[in-house]
Amino acid sequence: MLEIRWHSRAGQGAVTGAKGLADVISTTGKHVQAFAFYGSAKRGAAMTAYNRVNDEIIMNHEKYMEPDYVFVIDPALVYTSDVTINGKESTKYIITTHMSTDELIASQPKLAGKEVYTVDCIKIAQETIGRPIPNTPMLGAFMKISGMYDIEFFKESMQRILGKLPQKIIDANMIAIQRAYDEVK
Amino acid sequence: MAFDKMELRDIEVWDGNFAAAQALRQCQVDVVSAYPITPSTPIVEGYAKFKSDNYVEGEFVMVESEHAAMSGCIGAAAAGGRVATATSSQGLALMSETLYQASGMRLPIVLNIVNRALAAPLNVNGDHSDMYMVRDSGWIQFDAFCPQEAYDLNFIAFKVAEDHDVRTPAIVNQDGFMTSHTAQGVHTMDDDTAFGFVGEYKPMNDMLDFEHPVTHGVQTEEDWHFEHKARQHNDMMTVVPAKIDAAFAEFEKLTGRKYNQVEQYDMDDADVAVVCMGTSVETAREVAKEMREKGIKAGVVGIRVFRPFPFMAIADALKDVKAVAALDRSAPGGTAGALFNEIAGSLFNTDSKMLLSGYIYGLGGRDLTKKHLVDLYTELQANADAGKLLTKQQQYIGVRGPKLAYL
Repeated sequence: MLEIRWHSRAGQGAVTGAKGLADVISTTGKHVQAFAFYGSAKRGAAMTAYNRVNDEIIMNHEKYMEPDYVFVIDPALVYTSDVTINGKESTKYIITTHMSTDELIASQPKLAGKEVYTVDCIKIAQETIGRPIPNTPMLGAFMKISGMYDIEFFKESMQRILGKLPQKIIDANMIAIQRAYDEVK
Repeated sequence: MAFDKMELRDIEVWDGNFAAAQALRQCQVDVVSAYPITPSTPIVEGYAKFKSDNYVEGEFVMVESEHAAMSGCIGAAAAGGRVATATSSQGLALMSETLYQASGMRLPIVLNIVNRALAAPLNVNGDHSDMYMVRDSGWIQFDAFCPQEAYDLNFIAFKVAEDHDVRTPAIVNQDGFMTSHTAQGVHTMDDDTAFGFVGEYKPMNDMLDFEHPVTHGVQTEEDWHFEHKARQHNDMMTVVPAKIDAAFAEFEKLTGRKYNQVEQYDMDDADVAVVCMGTSVETAREVAKEMREKGIKAGVVGIRVFRPFPFMAIADALKDVKAVAALDRSAPGGTAGALFNEIAGSLFNTDSKMLLSGYIYGLGGRDLTKKHLVDLYTELQANADAGKLLTKQQQYIGVRGPKLAYL
């Protein structure tokens, strides 16, 4: 079982990202689950979304999770939420920030000793898509760190999932995914 | 007016709400009369979008409340159409008066309830208070444990409800958020196969058949009320269960997916068992398997059909088990939990010496973790080993504060 927790603000696309990732993985024959905690949260409120991936059908519906990966797609959440909660020794963190990994860990000591990767998904999204929607770039970074799929296969799959959007937006998302894949450290 | 068919992949990644909306489209529902409420809104929103995109030939009626939503459904069903809607929680509470009208008038409406807590305090998250609130309303009640079942049970609900020997409305329950907003793989049927299962709607006593005038919703007073209600109950007890089994069998033949009124998992040799509904059934299945690796013969019973309650089947499923937990996701307001009472009733006049304990859990969406279930099975095994209940008959799972127990 592979488990992922997303830290996001409502409106930044974590749910869409989690569902998109689940959709891509499902086409490869694996079983998937994507869900989120909403409450009555309004746009901008901190929220979490989740993915589970397994070779067997997933029957576990508990919300509790000890994630293998933590994605943080809003830079400030590292300071206002506990992104390390229920983490394991082996948990990998991919965090959106304009800082280097060392600078980030210095600014948030809770991340010290953990496997932390950084990439500026907000900047990438703004420069490519034109809006600070950091969900698809995060998935590009995840493909690099996890080695889950070949990046070309992943981009082709995401083109299908984004299919209803205007072609210009789809193209921009593809560039964003590739840039995050190349830039994550 | 022709409508377009939709190409679906064999497995789509859908949440429970979208799965239900797709089923309403594939059944070609004639009228959806609806008022939005979290977390059920995407079901009727989905139908409305399919309709505006020409994937369904029907009417979407926007109304001013849930009371009006079900009233609209009643009117459309009496007129002679295939009818559905969806609601949750407070919406269902407001709708509840009209639920009794629909069942008393024998109108085969399908209602998707996305189960959610009832205020106060206000909470949009999932529990079974709304499902329990309308359990005696004369509707058939199915319960889905995951998005796949939210899809499948909608077809089965139409099939059973619209049968001319049944003519009773049906509810399809799914857990708010835990199913409704959780995306998982759903095996789909193509449009023709899906529609073929439910078939063309066959009206009965429809008001738009001017050659055969009928009256719906009459006043009877003492003279005939009891006979109507007795017949309604009689059909639920004697006709509906066999029709449900027949629909389950036909659905299995079509899809390979088998449903039972009482779902049993690892129950053949079980010493201890958990009885529950919704997503908890699946989480418990996973934990039961893990308990077996530790040497505890654990099983799970899921209630697939809550009304008509499968009284004899539940007694049969549990008769040889040593200790059983009845899990109720609803505050009983001053008595034992509803499932506890139903199960106790089903076993009372039998030889079973089973030890039954009731648990209230998961209110307002409180997480039921695998750890909770491990502790629960361990407690049941202790009861079984001791040959008596070591706890009170009613406890909580997952509530903060000092331990509380009753009865």
